[in-house]
Parts: sequence; structure tokens; C-alpha cells
Amino acid sequence: MLSVNHLLGIKYLKKDDIDLILNTAATFLDVINRPIKKVPSLRDTTIVNLFFENSTRTRLSFELAEKRLSADVLNFTASSSSVSKGETLIDTVNNILAMKVDMVVMRHPMPGAAHFLSQRVKSKIVNAGDGAHEHPTQALLDAFSIRRKLGEVAGKKVLIVGDILHSRVALSNIFCLQKLGAEVKVCGPPTLIPKYLHTLGVKVEFDLRKALLWCDVANMLRIQLERQDVKYFPSLKEYTQLFGLNKELLDDLKKPIVIMHPGPINRGVEITSEVADSEHSIILDQVENGVAVRMAVLYLLANRPDVV
Amino acid sequence: MGQRKILDAEQCNLTLQRLCFQLIENHDHFKDSVIIGLQPRGIALAKQLYHQICAQIGNDFPYGELDTTFFRDDFKLKPLVPQTTSIDFQIDTKRVILIDDVLYTGRSVRSALDALTHFGRPASVELLVLIDRRFSRHLPIQPDYVGVTVDAVNNEKVIVDWQNNGQSAEVYLTTIQ
Repeated sequence: MLSVNHLLGIKYLKKDDIDLILNTAATFLDVINRPIKKVPSLRDTTIVNLFFENSTRTRLSFELAEKRLSADVLNFTASSSSVSKGETLIDTVNNILAMKVDMVVMRHPMPGAAHFLSQRVKSKIVNAGDGAHEHPTQALLDAFSIRRKLGEVAGKKVLIVGDILHSRVALSNIFCLQKLGAEVKVCGPPTLIPKYLHTLGVKVEFDLRKALLWCDVANMLRIQLERQDVKYFPSLKEYTQLFGLNKELLDDLKKPIVIMHPGPINRGVEITSEVADSEHSIILDQVENGVAVRMAVLYLLANRPDVV
Repeated sequence: MGQRKILDAEQCNLTLQRLCFQLIENHDHFKDSVIIGLQPRGIALAKQLYHQICAQIGNDFPYGELDTTFFRDDFKLKPLVPQTTSIDFQIDTKRVILIDDVLYTGRSVRSALDALTHFGRPASVELLVLIDRRFSRHLPIQPDYVGVTVDAVNNEKVIVDWQNNGQSAEVYLTTIQ
């Protein structure tokens, strides 16, 4: 059984929780590859997807996971709601919960929004990304994808490349991979590497080639221009030259590296199409695994007998 | 906690042999039949019967393992950890023999019948259990093949203890205080 009532961040999970989620996800991956992809486990559960920020993959992945567990699903987007009329987050959620909704999946631009909500409403909360803080299900599906590709996560060397400063994926990945016994290094422009990172036991490398020679897995992140209020590097072209992954660089390493990307990809910026579509890439496996991992998270939270 | 032995290893072996011959008699050398063990406790029995039948008829046939966790009706009552399902064959038009160690309330078998529909439409489904606990059924489910029938009340528990790498078993009835 999970030790937590909500999935707010990887920071709050124990290693046993992560192992339980990944093991359960493996059985759900089996389920979604059957001719009938649904199980009736959550047929008496209603889940609302509250998205205060744009999302394609995560929202569809959660919705599919919920439907494959037979839950009733409500979709909410802030732009077309009463939030634009001035309603607070707590009021919005409590109004939805008054309609007998059991679980809330929320993406919000403010870091800590899921944690804030979990202390103020009577529902189980799943954080689908809160600002530049955490994106726990992405980290879980990344760890799950590494485990499926390389057999295990423990002892593996994982490199995260790109905009670490604004990335919730990076922070959740660091917590998750370290709890599972992997070594984590980051690489990117010095302006996009947070100063506190060494306190998490993460090494920093500014030379992409050296960093790639070190790693077993490279997770290429997108430059989050929408979160950047000032210019962090001179130009995208310069960023691509220094931190973009292309086939020539990959071939030159003369060693197999697993390539990951949480999406959406900016082809030709952080990664070229040749690399993204190569046999080294498990980007589409990550998307498939995402549904299974989210099914596992929702199933295990709903399976906790003690309601909040 | 009192404990009473229902079957010792020798008696259990005889019972397994009888079940094996009953299955062979009814399934015509398993041309269109498959065995599916129910996770977690039906697996040892299913494997043992499968190996005995293969040795007896001289050929193998499809064998699978089914986990029913996601189909159970006690989902909100206790933590349920799923096990592996491994059915890598078509069950359409096959005669399926579901195998579990103990038949008690019938709820596990009900969930197994639900789970099985996700793999196709079998020609028929039969149920084999090593121990049939009478007087405890919650649902109208009865076994087709029974090792031993036991009259047990609700504060008693049947324990099937597999030994020698699942080759033989001893069965106990334990009273829970």
C-alpha cells in the first residue's frame, strides 16, 4: 500500500512507494496491450482533470488512464471556466467536489498548488505538474521506461540536458532516479542550472560531449521559453550548437545511449529529427508507458482504504 | 490456534492423480482445452496438474496464469497488489479449466470469469479446486472437479502448504481465535 494519500511530488514518496507504482504499472502495461484494454477497478470513482495550464500529452494520458480503469471523467480547463470570472482555486474545487467527485488531477502554473489544495479540500490529489516545481508522473514514467529498457534503474548514469532551472521534469526526475539508486548529472547553459543543485547531490557538466560519454541515458529537455522572463542565452542557434543532440555527435561517442524526451519536442533545437526517430530513442515508449504508470498511480491511491 | 490436518502429502498425491485422470477423461487428450491457474494460490496446483497431464498424455498444451486483482469486488476494502497475468494464446472456442486451491465465497472465481472475458470467448469454462469449503458460498458458483470437500465455519482457515518445489502439498484446517 502507498504511504501517501496524494501524489504531490516524488519528494514525498519512499523508495517502496516508487517500486510499488512501477511494479503495478507493469501489470497495467500488460492490460493496455490486450484486445480489451479496460478493467473495472475504478467503476465507482469519479475523477476531475483540472488543467490551469496547457497540456496535450499529460491530459490525454491521464484521461485515457482514467477511462481504462473505468472511472467517470470530468475535464476542466481554466480558460473556459468561472476562474476567468474571479473564482478562487479552493471554491472552484469545492464546487466540483460537491458534485461527488472522488479524485482531482491538477496541473497549475504555481509551484506548490497541489500541496496547497491537498491541505484544504477533502479529496485525493494527483499533481500533474505545478509550475517549475514537480511533475511526479513524468518522473515515474521516465524511471519505468529506463527500467524496461535497461532492466533496472539502480546503478545507471542518467544525464538531464537543457533548461533545468524552469523544469519540473528535471526536479522530479532527480528525486525519483536518486531514490531508485541511479546517478544523475545535468548539463546546460550555466544560466539555466539552478545554484542549489549541488545540495541534491547532482553533478553539473557544461560540456555536452563529455556528459554524453559519461551517461547510459540522456533525457533531453525542451527550452521553456514561456517561463523565461529574461534572456538566458544569446540565441536558440547558439544553444543548439552547444547543447543540441545530433546524429554526428551521437555516432562519435561510439557507445549506445538511450535517448529520452518528455515532450513536446522542438525538433532541430534540443534534438534533431534523426536522433528523435532513431533506434536509440524511447520517446514513444515513454508515452505508452505514461498511460500504464498513471493507471497505477490512480489505482493505488483509490485502493487506499483510508479516505482523507 | 488449533490446527487439524486434512490431507497429508501422500493423500494429496493420490488426490492430484485422481483429478489428473478425471481431466484427461473429460478433455480428450486436451486437443481444444487449456489450463489457467488463478493467481496467486492456484498456480502451484495448476502447474503440478499441468505437468502430470503432459506426462500422461505425452504432449503439451496451452497453460496460462490469470490475475484477477483489477476485477475484484473488495477493491475499496483492503490493499490489493496485482500479480502477473500470462495468457499468450487464444481462448476463443477453447475449453478452459480454471484452477484454484480453495473455493470459499466464490468471489475470486466470479472475478476470474470477468477477467477471462478480456481474452476471448471460450467454448466452456470449468472450475477445478483442491479444497471445496461447503456452507460458505456468497455466490452461486460450484466446482466441476473437487479434491476434497471440507465443512469449515467462518473462523476456520484452510491452509494449503506446498512442499518439494510445489510437487506435493499438505492441507490443514486452522482455527482463528
